[in-house]
Amino acid sequence: MSEEAILSVQGISKSFGGVKALDNVSFDIYPGDIFGIIGPNGSGKTTMINCISGFIRPDSGHVLFEKKDITGWKPHKIAHIGIARTFQLMRPYYSLPAYKNLIIPLWSPRAKKFGGWRGGGKHGDRDTVAVDILEEIGFERDSRVPYKLASTLPTGYQKRLELARCIAMRPQIIFCDEVFSGLSMSEIAGMMPLIEKLKAEGVTLIMVEHRLRELFRVANRVMALNFGQKLVEGDPRVVIENPKVREAYLGTEEV
Amino acid sequence: MEAMRKERIDRGLKVRTEGIYAISGVREILYLLGPRLLLIVGLMALPLVLELAPYWKRVINIMCAYALLAISFDFLANYVGLVCLGGAFFTGVGGYFSAIYNVYFGIPVYLAMPLAAITGAAFCTLCLLPCLPLRGVYFAIVTLMYPLLFTRIIEALNILGGTNGITGLDNLPGSYTEHYVIILMVLASLFGMRRFVNEDIGLVLRGVKDNDQSVRASGISVTRMKIIAVFVASLIGCFAGAYIAHLYMWAGISLFAMDFSIIPIASTVIGGGGTLVGPVIGTFILVPLSEFLRFFGTFRIVIYCAVLVGFIMFKSEGLMIYFQRKYHQFERWVKV
Repeated sequence: MSEEAILSVQGISKSFGGVKALDNVSFDIYPGDIFGIIGPNGSGKTTMINCISGFIRPDSGHVLFEKKDITGWKPHKIAHIGIARTFQLMRPYYSLPAYKNLIIPLWSPRAKKFGGWRGGGKHGDRDTVAVDILEEIGFERDSRVPYKLASTLPTGYQKRLELARCIAMRPQIIFCDEVFSGLSMSEIAGMMPLIEKLKAEGVTLIMVEHRLRELFRVANRVMALNFGQKLVEGDPRVVIENPKVREAYLGTEEV
Repeated sequence: MEAMRKERIDRGLKVRTEGIYAISGVREILYLLGPRLLLIVGLMALPLVLELAPYWKRVINIMCAYALLAISFDFLANYVGLVCLGGAFFTGVGGYFSAIYNVYFGIPVYLAMPLAAITGAAFCTLCLLPCLPLRGVYFAIVTLMYPLLFTRIIEALNILGGTNGITGLDNLPGSYTEHYVIILMVLASLFGMRRFVNEDIGLVLRGVKDNDQSVRASGISVTRMKIIAVFVASLIGCFAGAYIAHLYMWAGISLFAMDFSIIPIASTVIGGGGTLVGPVIGTFILVPLSEFLRFFGTFRIVIYCAVLVGFIMFKSEGLMIYFQRKYHQFERWVKV
């Protein structure tokens, strides 16, 4: 870990009314990390993602991306510089077919900057790229699935569509807000190679998860939160053995 | 008795005309082009047919102006998710701008109208800018408020002709020019907007309606997209306003009248929202109806309301969606 941190979170706090959702949380993320954030319900995991991706303005603290202070930036600007996020509750564009869902990130200024889809004429190219990305993420190209309305897709596909929306922007960091929750074991097994592949491509992943077994298989570092406070951070095996983590989170499962 | 349910199945012909197969035969081409041609030819022939009834010829103009406003409303409400109660704002601004250009600066009518549409749209967008970053009901309220505000400003300050309005606008030469300028504009906006909402930029706008958070997370400024949408919609609305001003050769505060806000919305309810052509057909029903009911004096409001309530209760999907379904699908009763 001699490299410079790509994302540095310094002392973020956020309160909703009297509830301290985040209390002075700091951590660093290095390029190529798969960083897991775990914690029981209401421990501030999603609030953390919202603070970093700009959907919520933190009360205090700073977020540095490549040494640039991005605290309080607008969400679309943060996405533009390369920090993508998925939503815990899937938010596909229900009235559009699955592949048309990807036209929106492909149309974004960031994707235009890459210009990877400009094969030929003006029309159809984004559609082609969109179907390519969907195939990459596990939509069978020759089936009707990519062309179905997003609202008619099963949960597993909607989760993948969320991830595909991020990938289409070719971000440096992806925040995955519980991409595994609500999926069957076989669906998770289908998504694993995808995570590995993103890792191999040098994308930094930050995964908020309840499915610890699956998370620990891919994550190289894990941070545990409880009541908005950081309990411990480090190697997954060390974190899981930590008595505070067991008490806060895993202990309740073993009752 | 056995339980039965209605089943809807796509017509064979519809399935056979998908994609490249659309040009596989005369029947297929006619199936797809028929409804479009019916609208285009019907609308183009209307002034000629109504030569027999001169009174109704004038109704064509105002009907088409309302159709433009209805397209503008349908686009904003059903493709961008902004409910605009301010059709009157667009007509008023467009009308006054065109009047200023034409009367005060002596710009010829052909130039004044498009110029008024563009500058008027820029002005409307600027006025609506403060409420665009907000979600919810604010846009509707602010658009409802602006026509009232501008009416009062013009009255109170006695500017732009005050309550008398600006008179002496040039009209379009000849009644057929008057008819075909607006008819062609309706057709151009209708097919243009249909194209626009299926382009990539249109898909992004529809994304804003579906869920703006995801658009934000995709690195696109939602406010910027709404600005584009409002500009496009007010461009159409302001043109309608400029046209009406030149039609009556007068721009007065009645251009800010509530009718211009309400009839397009009612037409969208009747015609079917989200189809773009539905609201146009809605105005083609509502405006002549309201003209016909003029005979009944103020009682026409009652009949008008009854028609609207009837539609909302019994055919809330709108005529166009109903006809589309009948055209593309057949129904049959099957055993459950």
